[in-house]
Amino acid sequence: MSAITRDEVAHLARLSRLALADDELDHFAAQLDQIVGAVARVAEVAADDIPPSSHALPLTNVFRPDDVRPGLTPEGALSGAPAVEDDRFRVPRILGEEE
Amino acid sequence: MSLIRKTAAELGALVASREVTAVEVAQAHLDRIAEVDGQVNAFLHVDAESALAQARAIDERIAAGETLGPLAGVPIAHKDVFTTTGMPTTAGSKILEGWLPPYDATVTRRLREAGLVILGKTNLDEFAMGSSTENSAYGATHNPWDLSRIPGGSSGGSSAAVSAYEAPLSTGTDTGGSIRQPAAVTGIVGMKPTYGGSSRYGLIAFASSLDTPGPFARNVLDAALLHEAFSGHDPLDSTSIDAPVPPVVEAARHADVAGMRVGVVKEFGGEGYQPGVLARFNEAVELLESLGAKVVEVSCPTFSYALPAYYLIAPSECSSNLARFDAMRYGLRVGDDGTRSAEEVMALTRAAGFGPEVKRRIMLGTYALSSGYYDAYYGQAQKVRTLIMRDFEAAFQQVDVLVSPTTPTTAFPIGERADDPMAMYLADLCTIPTNLAGNAAISVPCGLADEDGLPVGLQVMAPVLADDRCYRVGAAVEKAFESRWGGPLLSRAPAL
Repeated sequence: MSAITRDEVAHLARLSRLALADDELDHFAAQLDQIVGAVARVAEVAADDIPPSSHALPLTNVFRPDDVRPGLTPEGALSGAPAVEDDRFRVPRILGEEE
Repeated sequence: MSLIRKTAAELGALVASREVTAVEVAQAHLDRIAEVDGQVNAFLHVDAESALAQARAIDERIAAGETLGPLAGVPIAHKDVFTTTGMPTTAGSKILEGWLPPYDATVTRRLREAGLVILGKTNLDEFAMGSSTENSAYGATHNPWDLSRIPGGSSGGSSAAVSAYEAPLSTGTDTGGSIRQPAAVTGIVGMKPTYGGSSRYGLIAFASSLDTPGPFARNVLDAALLHEAFSGHDPLDSTSIDAPVPPVVEAARHADVAGMRVGVVKEFGGEGYQPGVLARFNEAVELLESLGAKVVEVSCPTFSYALPAYYLIAPSECSSNLARFDAMRYGLRVGDDGTRSAEEVMALTRAAGFGPEVKRRIMLGTYALSSGYYDAYYGQAQKVRTLIMRDFEAAFQQVDVLVSPTTPTTAFPIGERADDPMAMYLADLCTIPTNLAGNAAISVPCGLADEDGLPVGLQVMAPVLADDRCYRVGAAVEKAFESRWGGPLLSRAPAL
């Protein structure tokens, strides 16, 4: 079964926000194809009437009192930022030229 | 006996009685690190000054008459995937190189509260993805038994540090076997607690429904003491279990399996398993029988689908979790020259900052979650997960614990599987079902394989919140083997 083509890897890389080089696309296409071929074995298990489990243990929403507690200071929150301006994260432009 | 050869329990008692100072203990381990870590590469970061200051503070509190916990003044190596204030945290990735977290993980905070002296941060596969520590952006760690071989992964720096006597204790995280497999291949003890028994707050996430912090040590009691020190309910982790920590220390002191029902998992063995591993495992089963355990064979038919299910579920969760590395708030930023958009900078940064295994898993997860494939891959894997949990439930109605080899083979040579992801993934064949079901499991040494003279681990699996059973069986096996061997398995490792 050949599930993953080079074009498909390019599409996955775009969705994953990974600017991959051309040679990486070929390399990953071969490997992902092999991995997907192997993990596709899960389809052999008859599980039509089986409920899916997202977690091993039952999860319930956890609430806590809405108390004011110490949090990060602005300096702490910004301490690892690649660029800072006026106590804020400075980021590259988000909208395109025409927007 | 030199301080570095002592157990954590012994060191804690010596410091508490003031026969030895915590500063002397820390210095002995810092000297050992300086001596051997050039060969082992267990540590990404060692902070001698901070370790000595922590130790001095413990000595002062003891001198002032304070009674501290059993591990106060004992050094520890901390996996570099837990946030630490005052020490860089990289997760083994270039994308976090030099990052200084603004807060401590709950596990870190509890280590500090227990008076443990953090020597530094240990190497790992990038973002804990791997079984060999070769995926670290900062170079591979070497197995102290044979420096040309892997120390396991992802917590390979932690297993190597403890087996090379650079620290008596270390922390790890286990998502698919990342504590048990490294413990097995380096001849030490490693425990994956019940999921939710130890806090994930401040643990850099790989697969949130699977990630579980746990201890490494050179013996079962030390592992239990560390387990108890950092476990328990944490209001900062919404999946943390609000229940008391199972009585793990008491169990580690109660090395008795008489009358216990032990199940051998039929599906683990045969093709792909190294004969020397199976021989040592069979001996361990015979040993348990001779100690009075009732051994039966148990079938868990869906376990053979655990590996494929895991390699859909874990990458899916990773593709979502690692979206946070967006080059905006912390970490690396590449290509921000004023002309590029945020999205372009993000894609360039992630391509430069992540290594090949992380990229593979992000894309695999993105594929498994994408429209048109979701039901066949991620959805079906979640159903298999349900069936694996049911297999465990049925098994634990017949037996108290399940046993298997921890890994199908001993430590493989560095480089052997580096560019063959599927071969690498097989290292976690026996450990993954426990992660999917969330229950507890330990690996304890059970001898050396005849073919290569390398350590083999026995895995003991127990039901959810029955972590104490792992320690009880582990302690019984350890006691019987050590009397047969005339000492711990690790004492047979070649000198570094």
